[in-house]
Amino acid sequence: MIRTEELTLNVGPQHPSTHGVLRLVVTLDGERITHVEPVVGYLHRGTEKLAEDLNFTQIIPYTDRMDYLAAMLNNYNLVHAVETLMGLEIPERAEYLRVITMELNRVASHLVWFGTYLLDIGALSPFLFAFNERETILNLFNELCGARLTYSYMRVGGVKWDAPEGWLEKVAQFVQRMRQKVDEFHTLVTGNEIFLSRMRGVGKYDAETALAFGLSGVNLRCTGVNYDIRKFKPYSIYDRFDFEVPLSEEGDCYARYMLRLEEIRQSLRIVEQAVAQIPDGPIMAKVPKMLRPPKGEVFTSIEGARGELGCHIVSDGKDRPYRIKFRRPSFVNLQILPKLAVGLSMSDFVAVLGAIDIVLGEVDG
Amino acid sequence: MIDWLHQPMTFGTFVWMALFAVLLLVIVLGFVTYVIYFERKVIGWIQLRHGPTQVGPFGLLQTPADVLKLLLKEDIIPKLADKPLFILAPVLAFVPSFTVVAVIPFTDAIGFTDTNVALLIYIALSGITILGILLGGWASNNKYSLLGGMRSAAQMISYEIPLLLSVLGVIVMAGTMNLRGIVEYQQQMGVWFVVPQIIGFLIFLIAANAEMNRSPFDLPEAESELVAGYHTEYSGFRFAIFMLTEYVYMFAMSSLIVVLFLGGWLPPLQWVPGLQFLQAVPGIIWFLLKFVAVVFYWLWLRATMPRFKTELLMKFAWKVLLPVSLLNLVATALIKAMV
Repeated sequence: MIRTEELTLNVGPQHPSTHGVLRLVVTLDGERITHVEPVVGYLHRGTEKLAEDLNFTQIIPYTDRMDYLAAMLNNYNLVHAVETLMGLEIPERAEYLRVITMELNRVASHLVWFGTYLLDIGALSPFLFAFNERETILNLFNELCGARLTYSYMRVGGVKWDAPEGWLEKVAQFVQRMRQKVDEFHTLVTGNEIFLSRMRGVGKYDAETALAFGLSGVNLRCTGVNYDIRKFKPYSIYDRFDFEVPLSEEGDCYARYMLRLEEIRQSLRIVEQAVAQIPDGPIMAKVPKMLRPPKGEVFTSIEGARGELGCHIVSDGKDRPYRIKFRRPSFVNLQILPKLAVGLSMSDFVAVLGAIDIVLGEVDG
Repeated sequence: MIDWLHQPMTFGTFVWMALFAVLLLVIVLGFVTYVIYFERKVIGWIQLRHGPTQVGPFGLLQTPADVLKLLLKEDIIPKLADKPLFILAPVLAFVPSFTVVAVIPFTDAIGFTDTNVALLIYIALSGITILGILLGGWASNNKYSLLGGMRSAAQMISYEIPLLLSVLGVIVMAGTMNLRGIVEYQQQMGVWFVVPQIIGFLIFLIAANAEMNRSPFDLPEAESELVAGYHTEYSGFRFAIFMLTEYVYMFAMSSLIVVLFLGGWLPPLQWVPGLQFLQAVPGIIWFLLKFVAVVFYWLWLRATMPRFKTELLMKFAWKVLLPVSLLNLVATALIKAMV
């Protein structure tokens, strides 16, 4: 009888597939995983604590740095909560600009996911193709607010900058182009037999498990639960747009992959409608110089690129929050990894981790 | 050159053979240098990039600069590594890769051996490389390296069997294992083996790809899973030698494919009347053209395909490639016996 031993492997915090500084203590039996323990916190900056000493406008740049791939959505998450607490009325044009930038940012975020995910499973080229398109979005944002990643574009009461001349036309052109590109991505990747063999039936879970783990976003919708906050509890002006929530019953990596690509299409639909409808007018509501929300509590949530992005503010009537708490979807979604990983090989493990779509800035907060 | 092999050796022929051997070494090293450049360029174009452009005209000096950098780096041996084995491993991997080049006939006159078991020598020697890789993975005392080495051993052993079985069809048809004899048989037959042995050819392409550890079969060094696989701990010169091994095998394997299935130095389409003038072109040019096409195929594949996963890799070798190559062998033998 051969005596065998399990192997403890430290994956990360520097590892090509952990997408940042996630550390995973993996116990392997041969190539089969018997136990996984994620160790988070390498990128923890204490945003929530820092925010207690900042006034509401000053918190905005900190939200940029949480989910740095979808900073627009994080910006909105904060200002939306403050606006709800203060009961502000936002000008139409500002709302439209917000929706356009948020949906474009969602597309950009999904493009990064698409590229890096295929890199994880060993295909090199799609990464470059996806980043090429993302670059267009970043350039559009750069033109709008002068930043490529950390936008700080939203303000309580509106947005900081109006769209420059010709910007909306450029967005409309991009929408057309991106539609073709999504089809191209499908022809390039989706039908590949090797790709399918690595996706189908891998990392499968059902709706009950997903709900029990508090998953949201694509990770939840891939099990057939129709929960998209843009439809479920419409915020901003999402009730004016005609779009669908892509759903799947499979619950495996392939479903998550297909849903993300489909979400790009739906976001483009929203952007297209918003660009067509956008009215002229002010981009900032009349807000006092010093924001002092009334005493009280508020919890709002929006549909982030990775799931339900929430913001809970406790205000004691001062110009800075008494306590602020962000519901960070990456952090919540990551919890299911140890359950999914048991019994997988290293190859599948990388595919499953990638399909959850985490951003370490958001996981660690 | 081949004629010299059949004469008693004199001092003169010995010197000439030695000189040609050195020349071949230089050619292979030059090939490795520029196939890396070519690979980066081709993959760059596929990915809408330029590839190297800065070092030298058109970036032509990029690889020499990289190699120079690797050679000048500090030689690091991890403290807890098994030192003698750690040093031995790249050598064990590298020496056979150069040795196998000796059996390949480039034209009917240029070749370094003329043996009747050329193919066996190739397969036997290339098997030693696995030992080097496994040893490197083990001696590094790193878990990623160990996993990479393990995968490599499993993969190369599994794929060597369909590799050999797929060539058996060619050997049965040609009735010889002499690589020159195989090309000459293709000349008599009029068509290259890629036509009658198309199944064997496809299996050989796949198995050769796995043997070379290149994408989509690059599991032993799967970057996203195992960091760098068996050579995680290797740096500088020793790392360069592992890389060199890989590309020399690419040279050898591509040459072997050209010789076995694509008619070696023979001009194409000789059964079409009016194309006989193609014979005026020297055989080495035809060889090089086919060779470059095969090399391009590896690069193209690398830019296009995602990586296999471990279980599927094994299943594919044992449950698909092996039975199909056996069937191919039986069918070939039956047809040969009937005709």
